[in-house]
Amino acid sequence: MSAPLSDKQIQHLYWRAGFGISSGELKTIRHLNKKQIVDNLFLASEQSTPLSMDFGTLQKKQKDVSREERKQLRQLRNQKMSELNALWFRQLIETNQILREKITLFFHDHFSVRLRTPRACLHLNNIIRKYALGNFGDMLMEVSKSPAMLLFLNNRQNRKDHPNENFAREVMELFTLGRDNGYTETDIKEAARAFTGWNFNYKGAFIFRQQHHDSGAKTILSKTGNFTGDDVINILLKEKQTARYIVQKLYTYFVNDTLNQNHIEYLTQVFYNANYNLETLFRVIFASDWFYDNENIGVKIKSPIELLVGLSKPFKVQYQNTKVLIHLQKKLNQMLFFPPNVAGWPGGKSWIDNSTLMLRLKLASLILNNGVIEWHDKENIPESIMTMREEAYKKIKSRLQKKIKAKPQWNSFLSNFEPKTKNEIISFILQPEISEAAKHIISSLDENDTNSFIIELMSLPEYQLC
Amino acid sequence: MERRDFLKQSVFASGMALIPSFLKGMELLSPDQLSGYKNVIIIQLSGGNDGLNTIIPISNDIYHSARPLIAKKVNQTLKITNDLAFNNHLKAIKDLYDLGEVSIINNVGYPNPNRSHFRSTDIWQTASDTNQYLSTGWVGRYLDANCQHPYQAIEVDNSLSLALKGNHMNGIAVSDPNQLYRTTREPFFNTIVANAQKEMLGEDNQGYLYKTMLETYSSASYIHETSKIYQTKTEYPQNHFAKSLKTIADFIISGLKTRVFYSSLGGFDSHVNQLNSQDRLLQVYAEGVGALVKDLKKNDRFKDTLILTFSEFGRRVKQNGSRGTDHGAANNVIAIGGSLKKAGVYNELPNLNDLDNNGDIKYTVDFRSIYATILNNWLDVDDHSILNKDFKRLQFV
Repeated sequence: MSAPLSDKQIQHLYWRAGFGISSGELKTIRHLNKKQIVDNLFLASEQSTPLSMDFGTLQKKQKDVSREERKQLRQLRNQKMSELNALWFRQLIETNQILREKITLFFHDHFSVRLRTPRACLHLNNIIRKYALGNFGDMLMEVSKSPAMLLFLNNRQNRKDHPNENFAREVMELFTLGRDNGYTETDIKEAARAFTGWNFNYKGAFIFRQQHHDSGAKTILSKTGNFTGDDVINILLKEKQTARYIVQKLYTYFVNDTLNQNHIEYLTQVFYNANYNLETLFRVIFASDWFYDNENIGVKIKSPIELLVGLSKPFKVQYQNTKVLIHLQKKLNQMLFFPPNVAGWPGGKSWIDNSTLMLRLKLASLILNNGVIEWHDKENIPESIMTMREEAYKKIKSRLQKKIKAKPQWNSFLSNFEPKTKNEIISFILQPEISEAAKHIISSLDENDTNSFIIELMSLPEYQLC
Repeated sequence: MERRDFLKQSVFASGMALIPSFLKGMELLSPDQLSGYKNVIIIQLSGGNDGLNTIIPISNDIYHSARPLIAKKVNQTLKITNDLAFNNHLKAIKDLYDLGEVSIINNVGYPNPNRSHFRSTDIWQTASDTNQYLSTGWVGRYLDANCQHPYQAIEVDNSLSLALKGNHMNGIAVSDPNQLYRTTREPFFNTIVANAQKEMLGEDNQGYLYKTMLETYSSASYIHETSKIYQTKTEYPQNHFAKSLKTIADFIISGLKTRVFYSSLGGFDSHVNQLNSQDRLLQVYAEGVGALVKDLKKNDRFKDTLILTFSEFGRRVKQNGSRGTDHGAANNVIAIGGSLKKAGVYNELPNLNDLDNNGDIKYTVDFRSIYATILNNWLDVDDHSILNKDFKRLQFV
């Protein structure tokens, strides 16, 4: 348990439990043993910082609005959605509660909701954050009763006389058991009946409307009774498959795309026995030896948010134009608060296509150096061409600077930057083993021009992995 | 040469010399191979196009009574039969129809229709059931099963739709071949590519990243080089959609070995005062397609081309309270081509007497039947392995 972790292993922990580690932080925790490092991670996330913003007129009860007012409300909602996106993004960059935020990001994807109602979206996000290191069952119950979920999966339309199965289906298929894992179409129909009457009032508080509820007997997963929605959630939590499904998804997200069945079964047991306590589960994962095995290091493709936050965090990048930030998320196919559908972002290799990959590779130079990788194949071209290229770069930079409006704090980054030798720098910036192609190109790079060297490393395909 | 151009060329010149050898000697289709190389162009009218005001059941009393404010009058239409007429902004399509180059397939949809744009678009693009979430598209799976190169499916856009994403291979998104090419000319990336060797790449994520990079490079070069062969002289309307179609024509006529092209025309998502905006968009659609077909005909490629137009859903039969319509279900699909087996009105008109619980048209043709038909009858591949189910094939091609 107290075996020392290598720098690479600490970086691994921080990339998976958060968004990477700064050189300064690494310096201060390197001497600690594994247990202390892991304990610190949980300690830092003990508190939760809910997002909060002013919704202005959206907060008022809307009645008898004219068409013109409705249009203005729609515009205001869209504007608030953008602000909400930027608000969370800034929190991700600035927070010390990295594990809590990372788990929140996971469940933001798991309990995927795509709405244009900013209050509901913020509320859901805060529920998830509150339970991120708490009890998954409690999270599931409160999420299911949130206006966002009730709206998105149409449970308000789910009434005794005309049931709507949307939520009943997704709660089994996507939130608990997983697709085709031990439930039938009849279970869905019966569960939908149990969820009838779930609704919320204009203040956004959950209410149970008795007159819309079907109070008759239902049979769900072989159990029969006059079940309510709460009963169904509890029945689903009794199923060990629910623990297994959540563990599989968490493992894919935090450990490896390829599941190790032994680890999955072990963790399922841990999670189920701990009554779905997430902190217990994560402590077991981060305390294990296998989490730090080479086969788990540098093998995952960073999600666009991991990539953007991971790049921005150590440079404390300030995005002066929210539109740019949202445009980048959109082009990279992961906009916070805007997942593609109820199944969330597919993740893994599906992040990558020709257009997203080229933008990903350009991202470090875009954000940190106004769009230019100042690399020179000096041996291959004459001086005169070099001069012209410099000129062209200058032009690109001045043009993009006006567009991107991202302010990286290079001075602050470099003043805490500890790695000295070429290999130290490479090992700090890039998590995976370096490919032959990258080795070849790195050999010709000049590490003494630290800024350029770091951008060059971040422009390699290797930087896409963590 | 202008100094600026010279600068542009020479600044990145050294990179050019490093183009990996596997890019050289890439095959193009020679003129005799070109003939007979079948392709399909898929156009999505995004936002849910109101099919009933596109191809209009003009003699149907229910149509007129359900839409007192937005039903088309006879003089606003172009006659197809006594019962059916085109919206008069579809003049160019009507002209093709009269030549026997259009097939109208009515009542296309799927069981338990979803009325969300995003979800229904996903369903159309992945060819899934309503309750099935797939992470690959039907064109992507076509690539997986039948193609060697990503550029065999091209989306003329800046980003790639789910439709073109496969398990092992993705299509290529390109809005401007020159721009795609330029983004790959970054000297630093050039050198990475020149040093990366396909044989050394593993099946892991790192290998996948390098492989995608190499494929992007080779596709960008291939598309850039090949599409220079033909620059159309046909006049296209001045709008973004027509420009995309022009790019597709350049690709086809230049002999790009692409089987599937994907493009979309957005803006159909209106709920109020629908008539003006829909008419305008339909005109953009018709004039663009008209120019494309003219171009392909001039170069003898229309006989090998099929153009399929769909929207993620149709609209409610009854108008809503603000001179518009709400999201509906089944809709018409238009197939245009120089080698149709059955042109004209392919099947029965929508039955406005028998609507679903929401008041929407019921489907009688599963959209995947159309895909199966294109895959099997037109592209000559096994449709079952791509759609994972058997769907009844139609006879329009």
